[in-house]
Formats: sequence, structure tokens, C-alpha cells
Amino acid sequence: MPKKSNTFEYAPAPESRSIVDIKPSYGLFIDGEFVDGRGSSFKTINPATEETLAEIAEASDADVDLAVKAARRAFRGWSRMSGKERAKYLFRIARIIQERGRELAVLESIDNGKPIKESRDVDVPIVAAHFFYYAGWADKLEHAGLGPNPQPLGVAGQIIPWNFPLLMLAWKIAPALACGNTVVLKPAETTPLTALLFAEICQQADLPPGVVNIITGAGSTGQAIVSHPDVDKVAFTGSTDVGKAIARSIAGTDKKATLELGGKAANIVFDDAAIDQAVEGIVGGIFFNQGHVCCAGSRLLVQESIRDELLARLKRRMGTLRVGDPLDKNTDIGAINSSEQLTRIRELAGIGEEEGAERWSPPCDLPSSGFWFPPTIFTGVTQAHRIAREEIFGPVLSVLTFRTPAEAVEKANNTPYGLSAGVWTEKGSRILHMASELRAGVVWANTFNKFDPASPFGGYKESGYGREGGRQGLAAYLKGADL
Amino acid sequence: MPTTAPTDPHPGLAAYSEVTASEASLRRFLHGLPGVDQVGAEARAAGLGTRSIKTTAKAWAIDLAIRMVDLTTLEGQDTPGKVRALAAKALRPDPADPTCPSTAAVCVYGDLVGEVKAIVGDKVNVAAVATAFPSGRASMAIKLADTRDAVAMGADEIDMVIDRGAFLAGHYLQVFEEIVAVREACARPDGTHAHLKVIFETGELQTYDNVRRASWLAMLAGTDFIKTSTGKVQPAATLPVTLVMLEAVRDFREATGVQIGVKPAGGIKTTKDAIKYLVMVNEIVGEDWLDPDWFRFGASTLLNDLLMQRTKLTTGRYSGPDYFTLD
Repeated sequence: MPKKSNTFEYAPAPESRSIVDIKPSYGLFIDGEFVDGRGSSFKTINPATEETLAEIAEASDADVDLAVKAARRAFRGWSRMSGKERAKYLFRIARIIQERGRELAVLESIDNGKPIKESRDVDVPIVAAHFFYYAGWADKLEHAGLGPNPQPLGVAGQIIPWNFPLLMLAWKIAPALACGNTVVLKPAETTPLTALLFAEICQQADLPPGVVNIITGAGSTGQAIVSHPDVDKVAFTGSTDVGKAIARSIAGTDKKATLELGGKAANIVFDDAAIDQAVEGIVGGIFFNQGHVCCAGSRLLVQESIRDELLARLKRRMGTLRVGDPLDKNTDIGAINSSEQLTRIRELAGIGEEEGAERWSPPCDLPSSGFWFPPTIFTGVTQAHRIAREEIFGPVLSVLTFRTPAEAVEKANNTPYGLSAGVWTEKGSRILHMASELRAGVVWANTFNKFDPASPFGGYKESGYGREGGRQGLAAYLKGADL
Repeated sequence: MPTTAPTDPHPGLAAYSEVTASEASLRRFLHGLPGVDQVGAEARAAGLGTRSIKTTAKAWAIDLAIRMVDLTTLEGQDTPGKVRALAAKALRPDPADPTCPSTAAVCVYGDLVGEVKAIVGDKVNVAAVATAFPSGRASMAIKLADTRDAVAMGADEIDMVIDRGAFLAGHYLQVFEEIVAVREACARPDGTHAHLKVIFETGELQTYDNVRRASWLAMLAGTDFIKTSTGKVQPAATLPVTLVMLEAVRDFREATGVQIGVKPAGGIKTTKDAIKYLVMVNEIVGEDWLDPDWFRFGASTLLNDLLMQRTKLTTGRYSGPDYFTLD
């Protein structure tokens, strides 16, 4: 019998990018039209190749003012429209997102660096699901348990991060519109393209002008939105530092705010867990989206009795992760979103080594251009290590151990953050016990990083306040509603 | 190319002699294995199914899959003529293309082993199902006689079914001892053994926890291969069931140093499906198992689709079913 003469190589299977049409430059989307910005401009690049994709307008204070005024004008009509009518627009947007799903996914992967299998199979379907879900609420607001006659807040200023550009847009825009608010949204400066494509989708859906305004820019543009006197509500997802600055700047005003900030989630594996699936959950928890996930399971707390076995399995599994071209359908881990973020990850990983933790990555060839970081774990980490306390926001996992459930709870909660946690055990009663003890907005049991429009998301402590998603997500956009 | 099983239990298994010493210790051990989370296992299998394989890698994978096929007919209506035709096809799957490899084996009922052997000789293995296939409901004496009979007829490989009733009733030691006994019945006078494959009928065992336990049970009893299904019960082979079995052989080799083969059987009909299985083998247990000695497809209709896709790759065109032989 002939022996094997070849190894099982996956041929490159790149998704064609011909489906997307990237313009050389983009303006701002204000009052239903694309207009030139009055400020300067900046470039957005493909983090996998460092190729410049487009020139993006940086909105000045005057542009922000125009956008807020447009949203204020549109608010009169939009807020008085019946919920049933608003729902029709949202359903239409949801359907167009599905129809143009491939285009959105490819563009998201090009601009963000995330693998196409995640933008195609995770991001875009959940984006459409959010619009469908909140479309369903638009004419049922009085039945949401938030008062008999809930009213919209007004103009919402929304600032979203670069890790899930389209998904965060959906989390912000869908509930705001369903409740009758109008919005001015600013995508992150490194990932504006899908938000601008979404602006086209609003046009395609005949959304009344001014209901959605999308303006691009960096921190100063965001600050102008937050401090604009005619903005009634600020919704921000991003870093804890910026979140604190926003909270300070609106203190004393009557602006409402929801903040979704950082996290340092504990992923707790007990010795009776379904071990192979726990390994998958650890991998999905920290290497999904290159670890650019605020609720990433970046601290693995493993019961000491199975530490060695679990680590051996985890390392073997990490050896099969494929890092590279985000548009390749076989890619598991794509590019780091920006050189700044890569520098930050490198710096923190370096600190991990200096502090004496043991660093390990599987052998993998990284592309020569673009921003790349291999999947990495640190073992021998303790609560006293900086890598166990600070959010790294990259594919870096810190492994700690515990001996008893009480110790696991203690260590998991011993963090300034409280966004999410994971529990892996075959014992149902332990899941319920842990869920009630862990100070985290989401506790996943025998799974990780699962998002559904119907389940609320948000954190404790420095992970922010307010909830997005679900019925609770409506409360953030309605007057007098408080959950 | 008859493969032989080691005549003595592997030294790596000696450490487990206490595990299999009593019903209680065996139960403790099997129930102490890590559980399988159904949702997670199915999600992982589905994820592996989305790997995209193209061109040269695909051509290699198709040839490998052909070499892994146990071309099977297990019908009451099987005749000597029918199995001789199947045997000829196993030898030369594509008469138009001499570069097309032979299949791994032909799998038939025990009484037809001689007919197949006469055609394939030593070039393709002959596998026979035994032990009151497919139900396994017969006395031990009958099962052993069935096995000895097939071995005496010249079978290179024996596919036995476990007593699912005994397994589900928790009589693990009984199932263990049956496998040990059948393995002994696979012995040939010259001291070699027919290769033993143990069929779980995973569609009847139902849970992935049971699949993992059955896998360890059979491996501790000295099987050479573990096999999902008879093909007579739905669902037969599935990707998640095969995933759990692959994880079991991987863990078993780690623990004992003994490598065991895996054979999904029943319901795998297309090249696309077969390649999903190969991807799973590659990523879960690695290329050591990407070999007909360690991985097989129990299939009757898969082969023609593999041939059709193979021709498509070489000619750039699909040809109709009439361009490929009936079984």
C-alpha cells in the first residue's frame, strides 16, 4: 500500500474583494446626504497589508453641530411616527443588511483585519438580528415594562470602537431608532468604512433624512459630540479611560449615558468540565476577533488538579490555529487592528515576561507586512502580575490556578472590571452558584462569547454602566425608564 | 496486505489491568472520563466543516479518501455475483484511469468472504461483519462461531457489533469481555490475528458521553479500530460522533502509547462530506491518522462521487453517472 506522500495543506481560499467598491475618499453623512467635511482628513488602512483604503473626512465642531441640528429636526417627525411605521424602516434595514451581507462582511474584514469567517458568520448575522429584534419592539414599547407611555430621549450621540464596527453600530442604532430617538454616530477612526456603507443602506431604505447621521473623526470629534448642548443621550463603547473622561465631562448636565468599557474576564474551568469543549471555549474566549473583545476571557482560572492536562490540550489546540490573510476562509486569527494597538500588546506581553510569567506561542509564520501578533499564553501568572489585571485587548491569555470554588470566585471578582465571566463544569448546581457569586454582567456557562439581541449586555464597576440588548436595552433610550 | 494485530496485549495497557478487573472499577473509570458537552462538540464539528480545501490539496484528499474506503454491501439479497462485482470495483475503481488507487477493503457478510478473496487476493483487504451483525442479539457461542467462521474463510478484518443492550444497561464488563473474547476468536492458526473493528452503533448509544465511554471500553479490550455504525440505524456516522471518537483515540494513545483506528460508517455519500472528515482527522488527531491503516470510511455510495470529483479535477468537466461503474 502506498504510504502518504503529502501533508494535508489547505490551499488559500480567499474571499473575492471585488464585491466591495471602496471609494478613494468619503465625506460625512448628514441629513440623509453625503457632504464634504470642513475639517482635515485622515486615512484608513487595511491592517493586514498596511495598504491605504480611503481618505476619510475628520468632522470639525461645525460639522458635529450640523449633524446634531439635522438629528434634532428629524426627531420631531421620527418620534411622532407610530411605532409600527418606525418598525417598517427597521425591518427594511435588517433585510438590506442580509441582502448585502457578503459585501458588509468583506468590507469589515478589509478595514478591521478580522477573519472573514467571523465577519461573515458572526458579526453580520448578529447585526441583522439586532435590527430585526428591535424592529419588533418599536410598536410594543408600552408593553416593555418601562412605564405605560414611554417617550424617546431625543438626540443620541453614539461613539463606537474599532473591534466590532458594524456590530456596535447595530447595538447602538437599532434600539435608539426603535424608541423614536435620532442619532449622530461616530465610528472609530481606524474602522469607518462599514458605518459609511451603512449610511448608504439608510438611503436605500428611504430612512427620513437626519434620523441617522454618521460622522467620522478621532477623539476630538467624539468629544464634540459628547459636549454638544443639544445631545440628550451619550452612548459610548470603548476604553475605560475614555469612558471616565466622558462621564466627567457630562457630569452635572441632564445628559443620559450608557458606557460599555473594558474587561478582564475570568474563564473558570473546574476539574469536572467537559475538557475538550472547555479548551474550545478558552480558545474562542480569548482568540476570537484577535482578542479584541471587551468581554474576552483573558484570565483563565483553571482548577489546579487539571492544570497540566488542560494546558497540554490547550497548547495542542493552539497549534492548529491559522493566523494570516483575514479574507482567507481558513483563517482563524486575523490582523491586529492598528500599529498602536500592536505596540500596546507587545509592551504588555513584554511586561509579562519581565514579571516572570512564562510565555508560549505555537510556531506560526506571520505575514511580513501588516500588524500581527501570534496567539500567546502566559503561565505561572498570579493576581499580582500586571498582565492579570490590565486589559491587553489582544490574543494574550493569562493562566492562573485555583483550588476551591470559593477561591475561584474570589480571584475572578478581584479585578476593577466586571463585564463577563465563564464557568466550565458538568455540575448544574455549581453553575447556578457561580453565576450568583460572580460580579459580572454576563456569566456564560459551558460556552463563551455568545451574543444574542434578546440578552442584555453590560458590566459592573469599571466595565461601565447601562445595558445594551434585550428589553433592558430599550430602557437606555426611553424617558423615565430605569431598570 | 493483511494487517495483523499485535498478538499480545500492548504493554501500555498493563497499567489498566485494575480498571478492567471488576464491573465496579470499570464503571468508575468510564464514568470518570471527562464529559462531552453536546453543544460544544457539535459547534466544533460544524466549524471544522467550513474549512475550504482546493485544487492540489483536494486531489490528494480524494485519492486518500478512495484508499480509505471500505467498499461495503451488507444486504440480505447479496449474491456471489454481486460481491464479486464489488470486489472487482474495489480493485480497480475507475477502469478508465489506471492511476486511480484501490480501496482499502471490501466489507461483506462472512459467508461471502471467499467470493471476494478469489477476486482481490492480497491486493485489497476483505472485511467481514460478524457477531450476529447488525443487532448483536445472539448467544456468545454464536457470536464467536460467527467470528471464527469468517476468519477461517480468510477475512483480513472482522467488524463486530457490541451488545448495545448490555452497554445501555450498564453491564460494561460484559461488553468488555465480549470484545476480548471476539478478539481471541480473530486468532489464526499461524499466530496472526484478523484486524478487529468494534462497531458501537452510535445512533443507539445516543449520547456523546456514551460514545466516549464505549470508545475507551473497546480500546481497553484490545480493539484495533473503533467504528460508528452498522449503517442499518439512523443516524449513522456524524461529524460530531466521529469527533468524540477521534478525541478518544488521541487521548488513548497519549495515555498508553497504543494507536487505534477510527471508521465512520453509514451515510457518508459525497466527496464534500468525506473531505470534512479528513479535515477533522487532520486537526483533531493529526496526520498520523491520515492513512488507511488508521482511518476508514464505511461506505457503498461514496466511492462513485469520489470518482466523479476526481475526474472533474483532471478533465475540468463533470461526466454523468453512466461513466462510472455500478457496484
